[in-house]
Amino acid sequence: MTLPVSKSIAPDEGSYNFAYLDEQTKRMIRRAILKGIAIPGYQVPFASREMPMPYGWGTGGVQVTAAILGADDTLKVIDQGSDDTTNAVAIRGFFEKTAGVATTTSTEDASIIQTRHRIPEMALNSNQILVFQVPIPEPLRFLEPRETETRKMHALEEYGLMHVKLYEDIAKNGHIATTYAYPVEVNGRYVMDPSPTPKFDNPKIDNMEALQLYGAGREKRIYAIPPYTKVKSLDFDDYPFEVQSFDKPCGLCNAEGVYLDEVILDDKGGRMFVCSDSDHCEERRANGHLGPMAADPAATLLSGGTQEKGQ
Amino acid sequence: MPVRLYLNTVGKTFTMHLQGGTSIPVVSNVDFAVEAGECVVLGGPSGAGKSSILKMIFGNYRCDEGQILITCNDEIVNIADAAPRQILSLRQDTIGYVSQFLRVIPRVSATEVVAEPLIAQGTSEEAALAKARDLLNRLNVPERLWNLPPATFSGGEQQRVNIARGFIAHYPILLLDEPTASLDAVNRSVVVELVDEKKAAGVAMLGILHDQDVRDRIADRIIDVTKFKIAA
Amino acid sequence: MSDQNNQEPLLQVHGVTRYYGDRIGCHDVDFQLWPGEVLAIVGESGSGKTTLLNCLSTRLAPTAGAIEYRMRDGSMRNLYELSEAERRLLMRTDWGFVHQNAADGLRMTVSAGANVGERLMAVGQRHYGKIRETATDWLDRVEITVDRIDDDPRAFSGGMRQRLQIARNLVTHPRLVFMDEPTGGLDVSVQARLLDMLRRLVSELGLSVIIVTHDLAVARLLSHRIMVMRHGEVIETGLTDQVLDDPREPYTQLLVSSILQV
Repeated sequence: MTLPVSKSIAPDEGSYNFAYLDEQTKRMIRRAILKGIAIPGYQVPFASREMPMPYGWGTGGVQVTAAILGADDTLKVIDQGSDDTTNAVAIRGFFEKTAGVATTTSTEDASIIQTRHRIPEMALNSNQILVFQVPIPEPLRFLEPRETETRKMHALEEYGLMHVKLYEDIAKNGHIATTYAYPVEVNGRYVMDPSPTPKFDNPKIDNMEALQLYGAGREKRIYAIPPYTKVKSLDFDDYPFEVQSFDKPCGLCNAEGVYLDEVILDDKGGRMFVCSDSDHCEERRANGHLGPMAADPAATLLSGGTQEKGQ
Repeated sequence: MPVRLYLNTVGKTFTMHLQGGTSIPVVSNVDFAVEAGECVVLGGPSGAGKSSILKMIFGNYRCDEGQILITCNDEIVNIADAAPRQILSLRQDTIGYVSQFLRVIPRVSATEVVAEPLIAQGTSEEAALAKARDLLNRLNVPERLWNLPPATFSGGEQQRVNIARGFIAHYPILLLDEPTASLDAVNRSVVVELVDEKKAAGVAMLGILHDQDVRDRIADRIIDVTKFKIAA
Repeated sequence: MSDQNNQEPLLQVHGVTRYYGDRIGCHDVDFQLWPGEVLAIVGESGSGKTTLLNCLSTRLAPTAGAIEYRMRDGSMRNLYELSEAERRLLMRTDWGFVHQNAADGLRMTVSAGANVGERLMAVGQRHYGKIRETATDWLDRVEITVDRIDDDPRAFSGGMRQRLQIARNLVTHPRLVFMDEPTGGLDVSVQARLLDMLRRLVSELGLSVIIVTHDLAVARLLSHRIMVMRHGEVIETGLTDQVLDDPREPYTQLLVSSILQV
């Protein structure tokens, strides 16, 4: 990371410190990040700051991004896989203004990707960092409300309770019905909540080339998965972990084996399934892949809209 | 025949703290022995301390003075200073107690109530239940009651269930606390037969029997407890 | 209780004392507990029986004294010198604790089956079918019909909750179970059923039990041995029917004479 340079701030607006946070705060956060990397999956407490956005809008992720951002970084922000939803646009704008860094919607071009609820479909490389926004970092929280107790359970590796949750799923639904925030065991030691990403993305977390950083602003925790770390999704011998599969390809780009969102097209029951990763979908379409719905007028409107924003 | 039970200068006094610490002497210098295969009956009027002697031997009452010696396998155990768990172990294999009052165990059938002590001694459940049914039959407990819990039985039926329970297992020492009280003549005779069988098996028995007829039929000796009574 | 003479004590308690500031919780308690033995600690409220139970079960550190426990490998270990990890493992495998209020001992928001299965999962069982099979078996043993296996304990009656709590504790075949007024607050008829069930399970499984109760009838029915406590001291101890039929201490005589019938 190079020295902070603020390029795009107009004189009449005063000037922010590079990437909004003061340097002491960034040092504090970086120390927490380094500790998190050293102990994969362990939740490191940190002195989370008030950010100019409400809790639940990515205050943890924003602080992590601010602490690692350098002037030569290229930032991509996605929310539910999409570059053009409110949260993504707002955070991208925030760093354009406070750090003056380059931003992109292209997964390939980004050096730092801040995400809420998805991991890009394209495999990430070791020059990239993925920053997650985490609402509730403690995977044991739903069954054990006491923080003192959950800390002890992590320390002593008492993770039976995690399986109680999965047991309940099977007992009540006939299968493990947890589809997001699906608990994982990191590096054979800590059990971790991979933030509310769909469990579809869990296999991507395992042995990922890129560094993964998780920030929870309200709960004041940072944790990390270093590159090439073994991450196992918890399961039962007779109910093994499996990801959901979709019986149709993406309506716009015909992609298979990707995570799809259902989109309602009209009030007459019209709907289609499209890639949740908007960048991935656009790139495929640009390369000539067309899905069965690509010619549908309603879908054209939707895809046209996306393309405009993406450009 | 070898001595199974020996009371050596045994004494018992109750101190009633709720009545200003009044001392109630019960017996003192109780001294007698019971041999294998004999039935000794304690005699004397009510309040003479017969029941207290039986309860001291069984461990329900503490023994304040003297020794209560019991031959258990090759060992001699003094009940008066035995540890609680030692007494519990003796109750399982060495000393049996037949009383007229059944401590009702809810929801357990009569047959199982009777078989329990035998199963505790290691007999298979099947054999123990068979023997229990046999005894209930001999004591004229109607068959329709065998699989019901005895809590709802009449007093006489409960008493017979309890006698069956007391006689089913093999204890080298058997204490009889009025086993025939309020039984009819037929069942009294069954009890006499059971006692005779135990005698033949070498069991040392000590009893309290107010029923003159039964006493005459089973007692080999009668010990008058009034001679152990101290003047209050 | 067979072979008890050949066995060594499971628990050895030496001079256990607990002060709350200047006030005595319990003072200089000594006893031994053997495998398969049921010990009742009786006394009125404030007599120190719950303080003692908490000291014994490592929920409250004593001010002085030592408590040694024979671990499954046969070694005798001082409980307060165990590491926290060892102690917690002991508490969820080799021990049980039955609370007076079932909600303190159950997870009220997960199903009965998961409540029973939790300890199994905690010791590493990872086969759903087998866990459920074991849970089904235990629910049956505590007389909870199997069709309630997926219901939350919140939907259970007080007696059922207590039975579920017992199943949850016994599923790992503990050797020592602590019970704090397990029948307190239940209807008399529900109490009788629970006591009967406890009696049966204790003898079938050869459990050692330390049970705190103010109810002498409960002590009479379940325990082999009694310790009477008053003002934090053990004032009388002995075989249960000996203490109840022939109480020696003035206070014990008062206790025994104060009850309707035992």
